Formats: sequence, structure tokens, C-alpha cells
Amino acid sequence: MASNSSGGSSDRQRIAQQRLRIIAGHLQRPVDGDSAILAAECKAQGSKPDTSREEKTVPRRRQEIMKWNGWGYSDSRFLFNKKGQAEFTGKRYRLSGMIIPGLKDWFECTFGASLQHKTPATPLLNSSAVQPPTLNEAFVEELKSTGIPFSQDAEDRVFRAHGHCLHEIFALREGKFGRVPDMVVWPNCHNDVVKIVELASKHNVCLIPYGGGTSVSSALECPPEETRSIVSLDTSQMNRILWVDEKNLTAHVEAGIVGQDLERLLNESGYCTGHEPDSMEFSSLGGWVATRASGMKKNIYGNIEDLVVHIKMVTPQGVIEKSCQGPRMSTGPDIHHFIMGSEGTLGVVTEVTMKIRPMPEYQKYGSVVFPNFEQGVACLREVARQRCAPASIRLMDNEQFKFGHALKPQVSSIFTSFLDGLKKFYITKFKGFDPNRLCVATLLFEGDREKVLQHEKQVYDIAAKFGGLAAGEDNGQRGYMLTFVIAYLRDLGMDYYVIGESFETSVPWDRVLDICRNVKARIVRECKERGVQFPPLSTCRVTQTYDAGACVYFYFAFNYRGLSDPVHVYEQVEHAAREEILANGGSLSHHHGVGKLRKEWMRETVSNVGMGMLKSVKDYVDPNNIFGNRNLL
Amino acid sequence: SLVQRDPMLKKRDDFEDILEERRNSSDLRYALRCYAPVVYKGLCPSKAGTLKSMVLQSDQLHYVIHQVCRETGRAVDDVQEEASSILEEMAHRLQLSTVRFFAFTLSKVFKTLFRSICVNEEGIQRLQQVIQEHPVVLLPSHRSYMDFLLMSYLLYTYDLALPVIAAGMDFMGMKFVGEMLRMSGAFFIRRSFGGDKLYWAVFSEYVKTMLKNGFAPVEFFLEGTRSRTSKSLTPKLGLLNIVMDPFFKGEVFDVSLVPVSISYERILEESLYARELLGVPKPKESTSGLIKARKVLSEDYGSIHVYFGQPVSVRSLAEGRVNRCQFNLIPRHIPKKPSEDIHSFVNDSAYRLVRAQEENMVLKPWVLLASLLLQNQVSGQKRGIALDELTEQAVWLRDLSRQYGAFLHWPEHTPPSEVVSSSLSLHRGLVRISEGRLLSQAVIILSCASYRNQALHVFLRPALLASAIHTEVFNSFSFLRNMFSNEFILCPGATVQDFEEACYLLVKTGALQVTQQEVLVTERGHRTLVFLTSMLDPFLQGYQVVCRFLCEEATEALTEKQFIPAVRKFIIKHLLAGRLRYTEVLSSDLQKNSLAALLRLGAVRKIKGYVGFDHPYVPGFKQQQSMTVILQLNEEKHPLETA
Repeated sequence: MASNSSGGSSDRQRIAQQRLRIIAGHLQRPVDGDSAILAAECKAQGSKPDTSREEKTVPRRRQEIMKWNGWGYSDSRFLFNKKGQAEFTGKRYRLSGMIIPGLKDWFECTFGASLQHKTPATPLLNSSAVQPPTLNEAFVEELKSTGIPFSQDAEDRVFRAHGHCLHEIFALREGKFGRVPDMVVWPNCHNDVVKIVELASKHNVCLIPYGGGTSVSSALECPPEETRSIVSLDTSQMNRILWVDEKNLTAHVEAGIVGQDLERLLNESGYCTGHEPDSMEFSSLGGWVATRASGMKKNIYGNIEDLVVHIKMVTPQGVIEKSCQGPRMSTGPDIHHFIMGSEGTLGVVTEVTMKIRPMPEYQKYGSVVFPNFEQGVACLREVARQRCAPASIRLMDNEQFKFGHALKPQVSSIFTSFLDGLKKFYITKFKGFDPNRLCVATLLFEGDREKVLQHEKQVYDIAAKFGGLAAGEDNGQRGYMLTFVIAYLRDLGMDYYVIGESFETSVPWDRVLDICRNVKARIVRECKERGVQFPPLSTCRVTQTYDAGACVYFYFAFNYRGLSDPVHVYEQVEHAAREEILANGGSLSHHHGVGKLRKEWMRETVSNVGMGMLKSVKDYVDPNNIFGNRNLL
Repeated sequence: SLVQRDPMLKKRDDFEDILEERRNSSDLRYALRCYAPVVYKGLCPSKAGTLKSMVLQSDQLHYVIHQVCRETGRAVDDVQEEASSILEEMAHRLQLSTVRFFAFTLSKVFKTLFRSICVNEEGIQRLQQVIQEHPVVLLPSHRSYMDFLLMSYLLYTYDLALPVIAAGMDFMGMKFVGEMLRMSGAFFIRRSFGGDKLYWAVFSEYVKTMLKNGFAPVEFFLEGTRSRTSKSLTPKLGLLNIVMDPFFKGEVFDVSLVPVSISYERILEESLYARELLGVPKPKESTSGLIKARKVLSEDYGSIHVYFGQPVSVRSLAEGRVNRCQFNLIPRHIPKKPSEDIHSFVNDSAYRLVRAQEENMVLKPWVLLASLLLQNQVSGQKRGIALDELTEQAVWLRDLSRQYGAFLHWPEHTPPSEVVSSSLSLHRGLVRISEGRLLSQAVIILSCASYRNQALHVFLRPALLASAIHTEVFNSFSFLRNMFSNEFILCPGATVQDFEEACYLLVKTGALQVTQQEVLVTERGHRTLVFLTSMLDPFLQGYQVVCRFLCEEATEALTEKQFIPAVRKFIIKHLLAGRLRYTEVLSSDLQKNSLAALLRLGAVRKIKGYVGFDHPYVPGFKQQQSMTVILQLNEEKHPLETA
């Protein structure tokens, strides 16, 4: 944990550290009857000068740094400049400020889109178009007396009324707002949350927890049928690392912290959680727990359920947590598993104890080109069988390989471009790979240097058995960069009649190829049948490997010129694609969750009895449906 | 919705005669021309050899081999060997050179035998499209040995991928020809392999492997065997199950089923079939037999029409009917008996496909004439029918059948009398003879009946209604429909639909008036109804006489083997005594179907096991109510004529 001492004297440092420990000790103490005192402590701490606090990414007013109708930071976006070349603005990413020469051609060829046909978004958020808030006056009055900050500002409310599903962003771009929360509260700590939940229960107010706002399951949408006042409980200000326990390699963290802050702060003291979902810039720890998130490097660090040691959640019935931090328990069904994946229907996760690891000594990207997707999948399967998967291994299909290629920034020297040409020649002409069939796996190795190199050799040897050729670090790294910028790219597409989305599933190994082929084909067929005038982009990749199966991601986008209701068409196609996934033995979701978007399939997914179990938990924990986002069930 | 169902609105493609070009250009050049068909886009190129090893190394076969080993205690190698030899016996060895040989010889043969071979080229274009998109299954109707050679010949002609064809093992008996067929794409399956797991596994995996990899279109006959009566046979489900399985299990995105209707103006096996039905044993397929068949070469067999129907997507058929998730919980290579819903889906699909075949069967004027002639047979006082009266009736029936949506090829600009006389002359073998011994006459009548049967599917539903009209209409209709569901293609569960269709057609043609609660026959409808009931009468009488036989003669248990000869003897006795009107009831097909129906309806019970042929029946009909109902219903309207 960062120390706020600035002097050189070891004495002063010692004192400062002691102070910090004491503060941490205060926070650690779980006191149920003592909430008034604790609330005061929170506020006191919040007003303290805290060096790490200033580095935090997410301000209360998200609009200060983030887009209101698109993905990510306001300063970062793709655009086609006057010369018709694509560029990425801002300074935040590797790609920022660069020209991407291949993107325009790829974009026009893939979608039949044209830079002449624009569909610009409404530039400004028109507050007067937002419904006035329905307030529960008694609740507001009592909330005021607690001193917990809140807002009824239209902008604040609109920001928390959506996730990043296509239909949500599309509506915002058109300046349309549906039901939005009536107010937003920003608790500062666990006890603030206890207070808020108590008040909400008392006054029958609907609470919708909000973390990073990166949901892609309609989980944040306000149920239109909700007549009570809806309060968005924004956890973003609960973003401290409360303590780090180096003996047990755990950290106790407030649930509102976003991924990038958590990693950065831990890194400062030489640790990491290793949990890196693609949305980690913005998604929060509490959100990961509530949706059963998965990180890119789960092969080393595990998914969220493997990383969590202890969870504290505030429910209308009170606080749920375990009494100890034993690494494994046989104490009936694990209550963590009622919490993980509850999607904000039972309460708010406030604090989590997570495993941490020393930062890896060495990291190395890599890539392998396969003659075709089938060989690639066979290789991944073998890697999983031998249980030697690197931190991350992902296999892109041919379309995605081409997409990745189109995102290559302008090369700095003739030499590099010559080298690229040579590589291409070697692979396609000399090795006889068909450029329309080959596919690429991207790899990320982590650990100490020697082991990484050894591991790398093992994986490349397996790849060679399946006709794979090592294709360099660069391709690998670019593959991972793609995951961070893809959401920005969607906004670019939406400026030019192209809409799209990604969705995921998990599936047994023997079904991987079948599901990829069938779902892609289903998307193409559904688009055609629904009058989409241009062939869609329908592509997939295998993003995680397990002993018994894999996680598959589908990307789907099309040019909607000529369609009167493109979002409806999009939704019908995605619906059909999900049906196809289920019919091919895929799961309803690997890590995005169910939300409201996929809840129609919950019953068949978990059986009637399973559904009854979940319902009875909900009925006990939240009989008045205070957590009324209506996700999941 | 009634309008949509109007059969008149059925759109059908035009035909082109492919023999015309054969008559005008070199057959040799044709047989040697460049052949480069379009292929399935997902094709994994493989040779016949690799195909076999793919099958032998498949998970499914591995599983079954080990299962057999466990159950029998045999060594794995031993069972593997057996699997390998089953496959060896089964597998095709498609060779382009053999196909070219057939292309040459068949051109010669076809030109001698047939006036024309007409194909709907739009169907060919549709087929070409789907071949690229999805694995294709060709489902021709089966009326003649000629069918599958003809199919391959056509596909070769149109530069389409040559199919692999499921053929009965009996062909293997013809040594040389068997091998020739094998090299032209036939693979051979045993007629029955009931409990043989290993055989089934090899067979189903072989077919699936070819299909999934897009190796070639798979062709088989839904009806299982050649129909000796020209009526479509109730479909067999085994192979259809196998080709749908890869779709159910997600191994392919879709499978296209293409029903093909092959109609012969004169069937080569015409009198062979009739003899077979009358109990003259079927000649064993042998090469020498085929050579003897050379005499057929000197005859005129009219024309053949081949109609490639609309491809049917298994995916669309299954939409909302099959929950594919049921395959999620067991590894897909473990063989599993189809679930209830899969079974009924496959069954319904099979019926739909056979109906699609029926609908696109081309009917020649002769079919109508045969129907009329059979209703005006020389018997007792009756003297047959005068030519001009026949013509008049034929024109009437032509119009009626068109209104019923028949795919009738009646020459447009020829005077009806000429149409009739030229039809009669093509079939002079059948119409000239009117005397002689009963059996030889029966051959002719059964031959004629088989032509009439081609039109049965057009008239069937209205005829059922016409026969039911004097009692409680819907109940009788549904009873008759149920009783005849082994005899005709009647889609399971479609009683109401069929009833409505029948009402619709009869009302549309002015034969019936339907008021609120009543169904009335109109003045002008009388003729139609008489015709329709006469169409069904032979069948009714057939079922009735079988019931009579069971009541009167079969007082003791009867084996399956004894049944046909015994009932035949009974019928001949009654025919000679003049108590039966229809010689047709001698048809063993009809007798078998009626027994099957009685079994199904529970009027007759099968005792002991079900394998083999010598298990006796107990005609427990005296206690069984339904038998009484059948007898009553039949005798009410159609009392047996007494001498």
C-alpha cells in the first residue's frame, strides 16, 4: 500500500506507517451496532488528504472524463480524418495519436460501408429530455441527515441508467432516454451502504447497485414497470485498499475500486491480483463478484471465484459474511456462491478480501499462425490437456485475424514494412497457408524469466505438431490491445451505419468447432432473412481454455443501411444466435452474466428446482424486492 | 387459409427433355466430356480410402466395438476386424470411369426405351445451389430398378456432384453388375440387421461421415423398397434418422433434403410386379435375369419425368419441434435410441417428404384412363366401355383432377380422342385382352391398378370423405383414414387438416354443399362422388374380405407365413363364386396392409416374439370390438355380393 510519507527520515516513515496501520485497523473491525461512529469515520477519512485517492480514475461526476453516449474516456476515440485515414485520438493508449492506414479499406470492404454515409450521434445530453425524478421525500430527508452525498441531476442519473449493450448506446446516441434512476447516492464505505439499505427498506425505495457501468446484459436498465423511486447506489467512491496481508498474500479492498486502480495500487507495493477482465479499465471489484467475472490471465490467477477469500455484502436482512478467512471450508453450500453471480438482486458487495501475488518478474507476448481454425482449436485442446496453458492463450478465427491486421498502426520505417511483407510471403507462399483460412493464436507468458522461456518452448512445440508457426511478439501484443480498443471501434462503426456487439459462451471441447461454425452461420442466415442488405461480420475466437472446455467469444456487426429498425433486427439476430449457442451445448454465459437480456433462458439453464432455489434465496434475503433491478430471475 | 391451400395454385416448373441432345450429338463425347461439379463449401477433400479409416477410427465405432467386446468377451482386434470387413462389404468405390461407362451405355439404352426423359431444370439449379451450401440428401421415389442409375445419369448430365446411394444387398448377388454399381456410387446394406449393434454403428457412421464431410450427396429411398403398386409406401425411418442426426447434434449447420419424383409412363417391371403381388415369386436378381430382360429393349416405354422438388432444410423443419439441447448431456458419439420427440419428428418429416414426392409425380392421361377402365370392367352383364364414352369420361376426369391439383400432363393441343387412343396404344398390352383365366386377367388388372394408383394421392382425401358421407361424416372419415393409414400416405395427426382439405375440394368443385351442421351432395356432385367412392371400393372390399377370412376360416392361430396363401385361397374361392367384385383384392400388398392395420387397431393380436416369420397370430377378433366395427361399417354399405 502506498505510504503518504514524503520525508527521508526512517522515524517519520515508521510513525506514518503505524498511523496507517491503526486507521486500517479501525476500518477492519466489523462493528454492527456501532454504525453511527463508523459513518463518521468514513467521512473523516474521505476528507483527509490521501495521496492515492487523487490518482483514482473514477470521479463522482463521471461526465468529467467519460463519454455519455459511447465507450470510455471522452478524449479517446477513433475517427476518420480529412484524408479519410483512421486515427485514434488521446494519449492514453499505445494506439493513441496513431494513424491506422488499413482500417478504412477493411471497414469499407467488410461492411460495404462508406465514409460518405454518416450517422452522427446527438452531440449533447439534453437534460430536458430526461424524465423528472420520482422522489421518495421521506427517504431523501433521512438520507440528507446521514451526510452521504447524493444527486438528482439529470446527467448523473442518465449515466447510471445503462450499461453498454448495443440498444442502450444506440438509444443514447439518438438522444433517447427511457426510465432512469431518480437519484444517485455515493456511499463512502461499508457503513454508508448499511445506512442506505436500511433507509431504502424502511421507505420502500428500489436500489440498483452501480459499479463500473460496463454491463452488457441490460443489468443496469431500470425496469420500466418499477413504480417506486429508483436509487442508483454508485460504489465508485468506495475504492480503497484497506489492508494488505503479505503473510497470507491477501488484500482487503472496497468493492467499488476499478480494475486498473486495483492493479496499479497493488503494483506499487510489488503485488497484483492478476485479475484482468477486458473491461478492467472501468469495471469494479464488486461488479466482478456480482457477475462471476473472468480475467484474461485466469490460467495463472484463476477466475473471480478462485480469487475471492472473503466477501461482505449488505442485504435488506443485514450483512452477510463468513467468520474466518480459511482458504477452503466444508460448511454446507458455500454462501459466497449465493453472492457471486447474484447480479445486484440480493444486496451490495462492499468489501472483498482477495488473493494477491507478487508481480511477475517477466512477461512475454507471443503468437502462432495456424493453417486453419480446426488446427488451432486442436492445438488449444492439446495445451489444455497437458495443462500447460500460458497466462493467456486465445485463438482468433480468420476474419478476426484480418481485423487485427487492419488495426496495424502506420509503420515507422520501410524496413519494418519490408519485414512484414517477407513474413507474409513466408507464411502464405512458402508454407502454403491460405490467407483466407489461416488463423492466429495470441499468447501471454508470465513468471520468472527462465520458466517463461521453458514454458514458451513447450507451447510452441505443441503448436508445431498442429502445423503452427511462431509469428512473433508483435502480433500477440496487438491481439491483446484489440480487446481494449474494440469497444471504441464500435462507436466508430456507429458513426457510419455499422452496429455490432460481442457475446460469449462456454462449451465442452468436443463442441468448440461445431458451435463456432453453427453460430457464425446462424448469424449470417438470420441477417439475410431479416433484410440486412450487406453480409455481416460474423467472427469468433476461443479466449479461455479449461480442462473440460473453452470460452468462445463471438463478434457480430453489420451495416444497417436500408433497415427501418436496426436495433430490433440486431436483437432478433442476437437472440437467434443465443438459441443456437444453447442448442449446440454452449452455456448461457461464461462471464457476462444473465441480467435481463438473457433471463428468459434461466429456467431451462438451471432447471425448475434450481430456479426455485434461487427464488427462495431472493425471497428470504430481499422479501420486498428492494434490490429491484429484476436481473436473473 | 383455404385459398392458400388451393392445389390449383401450386406452381410447378417446366420440363426439358434431356434425350433430345443425346439424339443429336455424340454419346461418346458426352461420356468423356469434362466433368467438374461444384462441391460443398465445407468439403474436406478425402479419398475413398481415408473415408474408410475415418469411419473405423471414429469415436462412435470405438465405443461400440468396446461395448461389443465387453458384452461378448471377444477380443478387440477380432471385433475391429469384423467392423472392417462389414465396411468393406458395404462401401462404395465411386469411380468416374465407371460413371462414364454408364453414361455411354445408358444413353444408348435410354434412347431405345424411352421417347423422352424430362427434367425440371429449375430444380437442377436449386440443387446446384444447395449442394454448395449444405450437405445434401437426395430422396427419389422408388418405382423401378432404373431409378438410381437414372439419378446418377442425370446428375452426371448436369455436371452435379455424383451421389452415393444406399442399395439393398440383393444387388450384390449379381456379381459383375453389383461391382459396377458399387463403382458408380452404390453402397450396400443388409436388408435386416435388427439387433446387430456393430453393423448399425458401421453403417450409420459411414453414412454420417460421407454426409458431414460433404464427400458426396447421399441418396436413398425413403420408401425402402420399390413400390410394386405405384402407391407410395409408408416411409422407413432408419436412414432418415441417420442423416438428420448430424444436424441434431450440431455437427453440421443444416442438411438439405431434396425429394425427387420420378414418374414412368410405363414401368419396366409392370407385369413382374403384378405377378409378384399375385404370389408368383419374385425372380432373384441375377445378371442372367438382367440379360433376359433385353427383350424389354424392343418395346416403347413412353417418357420419364423427373422432378427435383424444393429442397427442404432439416433446420427449418425442426424449428420449434426438436429441442437440440437434449444432446448436451451425453457425449455425442455414444449411440442413443432416438427420444420420443425426435422419433415423431422424423416420422412426420418422412411423411411430408413422401407427400412432396407424390405431389410432383407427373400423371399421364393413361393414369386417368386406367382409373376409369377399372371402374368399368367387363364382368357378368357389363360389356366394358365404348371408346367415345371413355373419351368423354376422361375429359371430365381430366378437369376434375386438375381442380384437385394433380400434376397432369395432358397434351394441350391434341383432340381428346387422339390423346385417349394414343395412350391406349402405348398400353395395348393391358387393354386388349379381356378374357382368359382368372390369374392372367388379374395380372392385367393389377397392372392397370398400379397406374390408377399413381393418381390416388390426388383423389384420396375427397374419396375418403365421399365414402364417409352417408354416416356421421367426420367420425367415419377419421375411422376410414385411420384404417387406411398403412395403405396410403396419410400424415400422422393430420386428420382435421385432411378433412378440411377434402371438404374444400368437394365444395369448390360444386359436389358438396356444406351448411351449418349438414353436408349435402349436390345434383351435379353425384357423378364425382360415385367416381370417388369407386376409387376406394376395391380397397374397402379388400379389407373387408380379410376380416371375413379371419372370422370364418382362421379359427385357429395362424403364422405369418401361412396368412397370405390362406387368404389368397379364400379370396379366389369367393371370386370364382362371383361373390367378390374386385379382382384387385388378390394383391398381396393389400392383404399385408390390411393385416398390419388390423394389428395396429388391435383387432388382431400378435403373440410371442416379433422376430422371424413363424410366430403365430391369434385371431382374437371375436372379442375385439374394433373388428366388429370394421365389418359392420364395411358391410353396411358394401355387402358381399352373393352369387
